[in-house]
This record gives sequence, structure tokens and C-alpha cells, in this order.
Amino acid sequence: MSTPLPPPYDRTAPNALGAEVRHDEKARFDFLANLNVHLGSKLFPGTKTAFEKRVAPAFKKTKGRDLANRVEVRDAMKGDPVYQFWAALRRNTMEMRQQAGRSVVYRQFDKLTERARALNDAKPTLKLDPTTKIPRYLAAVDNHCMPGSYYTEIAPDDISGPANYDIGIFVTGAGASSARGDSGGRAIVKFVRESFPDFKPKRIMDLGAGIGTNTLPIAEAFPDAEVVAVDVAAAMLRYGHARAQAMGFNKVQFIQAALEDLDFAPGSFDWIQTTMFWHETSMPTLMSGLKRVYELLAPGGMSLNVEQPNFTATTTLWDQFTKDWDAWYNNEPFWSKLHTLDYPKLMAASGFAKDKLFDGYANSDVEPGFYPDWAKVYDRHGPEKSVEKAQKRGWYLFGGWK
Amino acid sequence: MTQIDVNALANAKAKGKRPYFFDDPAVERVLAITMAVAGELAVTRERLDTVERLLEAGTSVTKANIEAYRPDDDAARERQEWHAEYINRILRIVHQELEGLQNDDVSPEQLADDMAAS
Repeated sequence: MSTPLPPPYDRTAPNALGAEVRHDEKARFDFLANLNVHLGSKLFPGTKTAFEKRVAPAFKKTKGRDLANRVEVRDAMKGDPVYQFWAALRRNTMEMRQQAGRSVVYRQFDKLTERARALNDAKPTLKLDPTTKIPRYLAAVDNHCMPGSYYTEIAPDDISGPANYDIGIFVTGAGASSARGDSGGRAIVKFVRESFPDFKPKRIMDLGAGIGTNTLPIAEAFPDAEVVAVDVAAAMLRYGHARAQAMGFNKVQFIQAALEDLDFAPGSFDWIQTTMFWHETSMPTLMSGLKRVYELLAPGGMSLNVEQPNFTATTTLWDQFTKDWDAWYNNEPFWSKLHTLDYPKLMAASGFAKDKLFDGYANSDVEPGFYPDWAKVYDRHGPEKSVEKAQKRGWYLFGGWK
Repeated sequence: MTQIDVNALANAKAKGKRPYFFDDPAVERVLAITMAVAGELAVTRERLDTVERLLEAGTSVTKANIEAYRPDDDAARERQEWHAEYINRILRIVHQELEGLQNDDVSPEQLADDMAAS
């Protein structure tokens, strides 16, 4: 099988706020994206070999029994040299990606701040609330090793953190997303259109929308709907709103609110979307949040959540350990607990009728549409391109109708 | 202009205790520095590649022309393939260890004992 070759940074969409990414900065991103591909496709499979060939047998020899759960697997793997190397490189590559993105942003800090200010100035579509409190689940650690997380501001009207998030997301996904990093949003649109062709939402909320990366494809697909992007972090909303305006999405609203303080009337949305949001919250927030979502939905409205899938009876201990990795080593503390939950049960406890729940996988048009130029140059998936392969790249989702 | 320390901000640490994976954290520090240097060499190599392609095209090599350079499809593919080959080369020892594990390699000491057995 040929090794996937990521598209070069040069083929991503230019930054909507006009951030300059210099020749050498692009080369740095290219090195890091290629390193991520290498770690994922060449070195990571070796950690499973080490597990099967020596870690699991050594455990059995010492303890007289097999490994019983994913915590034991994690402890046993800690001493393995191949695993240590892969894990140290993966963590370090994420840190390097942050450094590379931040060095691009901070050298043009004033220019970017001014550009966002000009795009945001006096627009009623951006509604910030300075009294919003950053919840502990965001304040305690910086999620996915992003310094300053989503909310830190070092100067008035700061958008530097989100700018780094946007500029470097190409590396985080090893170039496997799309030219604008919005493959999640595109997958959601495709899923909704194919699964619910008659669904015509009039009012849509994207909860925990961040910079609106995945909101805009939804707004594009449902041009007659009123679209509201909600987030707790003012910096993300400032950047996201400016980005949307620069891209011609003049009607999408960006509203700052904590989940607990959402100021909308019950029944006021036809669709409430979350995309990789709940895993960066906490158990009480997930439980009260889904109830709040149910309240805010109009009868016949839909809750759709792209998230980490729960473990099932057939999820091997090895897969449990590797899927949990980000919880322990990529600052995603709620990620591990989330894997063990039962989404249908949670949805039912939030008010949704059991016979109105659904789940599945959403797939975007992985190819050729994403980096159209690059798909011609290089077949990312090698000769074994197949529907099955595309499925593996899918986004798990669960949801329900009110 | 806002007074900021660009280098300090670029290097900021993510909040939360950092995990170390090697038995001795010093190994991890040296690995992190080695990979950063490897990355900078890759950057230099890509710049040199741009310079060569400008020269081949008969374009004058100026900073502005380097910044303005956009690789065509063939050049882009060659540059990405170079990155992949380069990373493969610098991580050689890890892959060889893995290959040894897959092949159940026997140590010279063990072999010496085997060969000496009458």
C-alpha cells in the first residue's frame, strides 16, 4: 500500500482574514503534516505489534492472566520502547504545530487584530457578553495542547488564539480534512440531506461552534435558514464572525453564551448541532446540556451531535486504549469517560423518545472534491481506494427528533 | 503597535502537566530539540528547492520571488515525496527496532551460544 501523501500547505484556502504565511512557514507546516502522516501510518501500527508480541505476553507471564481492561493496557504499554517513541513524537509534533502556528500569528498580531476589527465593527450579527464565565472544564487545562485554549486574550479585541487554531488545523489533521478544514461540516450536510431529504429547518443553532468552521457549510446548504453560532469564548466568536463576513456569510450570527445561560425561548430551534463539542465539557454539563437542547428544540426539531463513539462489547482492549490516548496525553480529560457512556440512554433521560433516536456515520466527499488540484496529482488512498476506506474516515454522530 | 514578545508567545506552553514518555525525561528533551532541528533543516531544504527551481526557470533569485513561488503539480508532488523520504530516513532506528521485533530477531550472544553447542 502506498503511503498517503498530504497535500502541501500551499493548496489550502488562503486565510480569510488575510494572514500572511511565508514560504518557510508553509514548509514548516509541510514537514509537520508529513511527520503526522508518518507517525499515524508507519509508526503507530508498530505499537500494536509491540503490544501483541511482547507487552501482552509479558503481562501474562508475570501475572498469570490476560490484561483485563484498558487501564492495565495503558500501564503495561508505558514501558515499551516503540510505544514510548511513538507517543513522545506524537505529543512533541502537536507542540511543534502550536509553536509554528503561533509564530505566524504573533508576528502580524496588529494587522490581524485590525482586520478583524474592521470586519466586525458595528455588525449586529456579533453579540458578545463580557459577563460570560469560562467554565472549569475549559479553564483547568488547555484542550488538545493549544496554549491559551479558546478564550485567552492578551489585548483588547484579541483574535490571536483562534487565528492560530485556523491557520494550523491543516497540520493537526495531517492535511486530511479539506482546504478550509471544514470536512466535519460538509459531512454533516451530506448526512442530513441524504438521511432526511424533506427536512427544511428554519432556525439552526451550532452549539460550541468555535470559529464556525463547521457552521458555514451548514449555512451554505440551508441558505433560507437563520443560523446562530454559539460559543463561550469571545475570541473565537470575533475571529469566526470576521472570517464568516470575509467569506460572504453576512447573515450568520455569532453569539457568546455559556451553555447554562443560553437566552432563547423554549422551542425556538429546528436543528441544534454540536460538532466534537461534548467531549470538551464534563458529565454534569453533558447531562444538563442535552436537556437544555431538548427544551430549545421546536416540536419536530432535530438534535445532531458529532462525537466520539461509545465503546461497545466488540471494542477490543487495544482499541479502547488507543482511542483513549488523547484523554491522557492530549489534554482532553473528559474524552475517556465519554467513551463509556450510553448515548441513547442519555438522550432518553433528556426527554427524547427512544423511537426517535438515531446514530450513524457521516462522510464528506473525501475525494476528489477537497483538494481538487491535489486529488489529480496524488491518489491519497493508494490503489485500495474503496467505500470501506472512506467509511473509516467517517464522523460518528448520534441524535434525536423532538 | 501593541508591545508583545513574539518569541515568548510563540513558545507558550499549554496549561496542564506535561506527560513524559521515556523513562528519563532528558531523553525526551533531546528528542524534542532534535525534531525541531530536523524540521528547520526540512524548511531550509524546501527553500533551496525553490531557489533551484527559480534558477532553472531563469527567474532571478530574490526574496520576493522566493515568497511568490508556487510549485506546480509535479513540483508539489516531488517536494512532498522528499519530506516523506526524509522523515523515513531520520526515524530509521525506530523502524529497524520494529522490524527486528516483527522478525523475532535473535541476539548475537544467543546465537554464539547456539553455534558453540556441540
